[in-house]
Amino acid sequence: MVVTKDDTMEIRVSDHVVLVRQAVRKWSIELGFSLVDQTKMITAASELARNTLDYGKGGTVRLERVEEGMKKGLRLTFEDQGPGIPDLEKALTDGYTTGRGMGMGLSGSKRLVNEFDIATKVGEGTRVTITRWK
Amino acid sequence: MERIPILKMGDFLIVTIQVDMHDRLVTTLQDDLTSMISSHGSHGVLIDISSLDMVDSFIGRMIGNIAGMSRVLDAETVVVGMRPAVAITLVELGLSLDGVRTALDVEKGMILLRASTRRRLTEEDEDGRDEG
Ligand SMILES: Nc1ncnc2c1ncn2[C@@H]1O[C@H](COP(=O)(O)OP(=O)(O)OP(=O)(O)O)[C@@H](O)[C@H]1O
Ligand SMILES: [Mg+2]
Repeated sequence: MVVTKDDTMEIRVSDHVVLVRQAVRKWSIELGFSLVDQTKMITAASELARNTLDYGKGGTVRLERVEEGMKKGLRLTFEDQGPGIPDLEKALTDGYTTGRGMGMGLSGSKRLVNEFDIATKVGEGTRVTITRWK
Repeated sequence: MERIPILKMGDFLIVTIQVDMHDRLVTTLQDDLTSMISSHGSHGVLIDISSLDMVDSFIGRMIGNIAGMSRVLDAETVVVGMRPAVAITLVELGLSLDGVRTALDVEKGMILLRASTRRRLTEEDEDGRDEG
């Protein structure tokens, strides 16, 4: 996989979630994503950015335009040095929340993308990587 | 302070959500709506989301909260103007806006609200007669 463009953004306050959504929209349009695909990627990014902020106590997102053979896509990596997720299996279940949410962020955004990867360690942090191909 | 305007149209209230809502704006909107529903005795709330290009669980929860709160105050909520791409994404995300009805646009939303208000008033009438 080749990275042809990349950028990193901070997620420290709720206004940053808005900026992340705007950036993801711009990159998705540049890649020629259909309207539905744009919307899916923006929505997944919004969910993960909010988790980074609310549970991860802030972090960053890395945006990458990737190419693999003939395929072009957008990869987003959300990273924080927060408390980590003790029970990942539960956290990935529809409706599971330790906050006041609906517990749909992780499980739902997984359905909205082509590739979903999560690495987490209690006391160290969480990294979620999603990719959507054109 | 920044606020989302609430329009009164006869028996109903109309809220147009245009901006990226942050937490405080959501709280203010819910407070404003509650007091307007009770002070005007409104029977319905229309939430126009035609300018939103995505609905995530944060906005979904806000809509659900408004609907629940309105129900307690005897008003119905209709969400209007959801874009097709947003609707498709919402389903895949797994959000079900429980107890919230949707309509294509404000006009159709008003028709829906009027019909159900009329129905409810008739039912209340009949209930009254049964008891008497
Ligand atoms: N970056 C993170 N760091 C630590 N814990 C996390 C992180 N992301 C998610 N979690 C945990 O996983 C749970 C499930 O997350 P998910 O996004 O699915 O639901 P939610 O955020 O609680 O609610 P919703 O997203 O529907 O508003 C969270 O309640 C939280 O306990
Ligand atoms: Mg979440």
